[in-house]
Amino acid sequence: MTRTSQLTLTSTVWLVALRRVEPGDVMTFRDATHRRQWFEQRLEPLMDRLFGTALRLTRNPDDAEDIVAEAVVRAWARLDKLRDPERFDAWLFHILTNTFISEWRRQQSRPRAAADSDTASPDAIDADGFTLFQQLHQPFLLWWGSLEDQFFNSLLQEELQEALDTLPDPYRVAIVLVEVQGYTYEEVSGLLGIPLGTVRSRLNRARSLLQKRLWQQARDAGMAAGHADKGGQKP
Amino acid sequence: MSPRDLNCEEVIERLFDYLDRELDHQQTADIEWHLSRCRDCFTRAEFEKRLRARVAASGTVKAPPRLYRRIVSLLDRFDDDEPGMSR
Repeated sequence: MTRTSQLTLTSTVWLVALRRVEPGDVMTFRDATHRRQWFEQRLEPLMDRLFGTALRLTRNPDDAEDIVAEAVVRAWARLDKLRDPERFDAWLFHILTNTFISEWRRQQSRPRAAADSDTASPDAIDADGFTLFQQLHQPFLLWWGSLEDQFFNSLLQEELQEALDTLPDPYRVAIVLVEVQGYTYEEVSGLLGIPLGTVRSRLNRARSLLQKRLWQQARDAGMAAGHADKGGQKP
Repeated sequence: MSPRDLNCEEVIERLFDYLDRELDHQQTADIEWHLSRCRDCFTRAEFEKRLRARVAASGTVKAPPRLYRRIVSLLDRFDDDEPGMSR
């Protein structure tokens, strides 16, 4: 079976499942055309954020497209349940997150090779409280500006995305939910079904590991030389 | 509500809770009071804020046009099969 036909089959399965949703009376529209226009007008400006968020969560463009498509159709099927139209964006992103988490859990429950690093216990990875700031910060001015500025000016968005994508799943998901999507720790705890303390420890490790990766990238790009060369200090 | 004095170690320990808006009003005021008076902690906080903003920006990526077309097609199919949803 080709990937396209698999996707079509999958889409058909959940389209059938979604039709069982009973209608509510909260959102009202003049007619079906008005309902559809209202939905599409709000959806279209969110597409880049929906796709980007799904891509950070899944790391895979095809999977990200599947998650977004599924989430949007779920939202369309439940539109009558949306109580506050002003909350459409947050509501849609919440559906996206839940769609991803359901799929992620399904994948995690499948048997995998023992060597798969993403399924290794997240607590087994030592990120040792690394901070990028400690590597870059110097308590004096350099004639070309601070190393922090140099770091941010040379950091490409692609490099950051690459560093995020190398994080093991539990860390990446935690940091994306909090820093990209803006969920509270308690909400993440509820969404992932893990204790609050685990959310905190995963976030701490995610940040340390991310900063370590970014530092490695910066060093590869020559930042180490700048950091070591303190001769640039203002007289 | 007057802010309480915190030392640098306490501030750095709670910095991400502060940036993630996990602190209550009193705790937030305590951190902000310290940041307004301590250059080192302020610089660290600004660094983490900038990095956090870059991470947040990574959640916006140009969606392929085919994705929107696929969604429109799925919505059409959904509407066609759902009584009362056809336009």
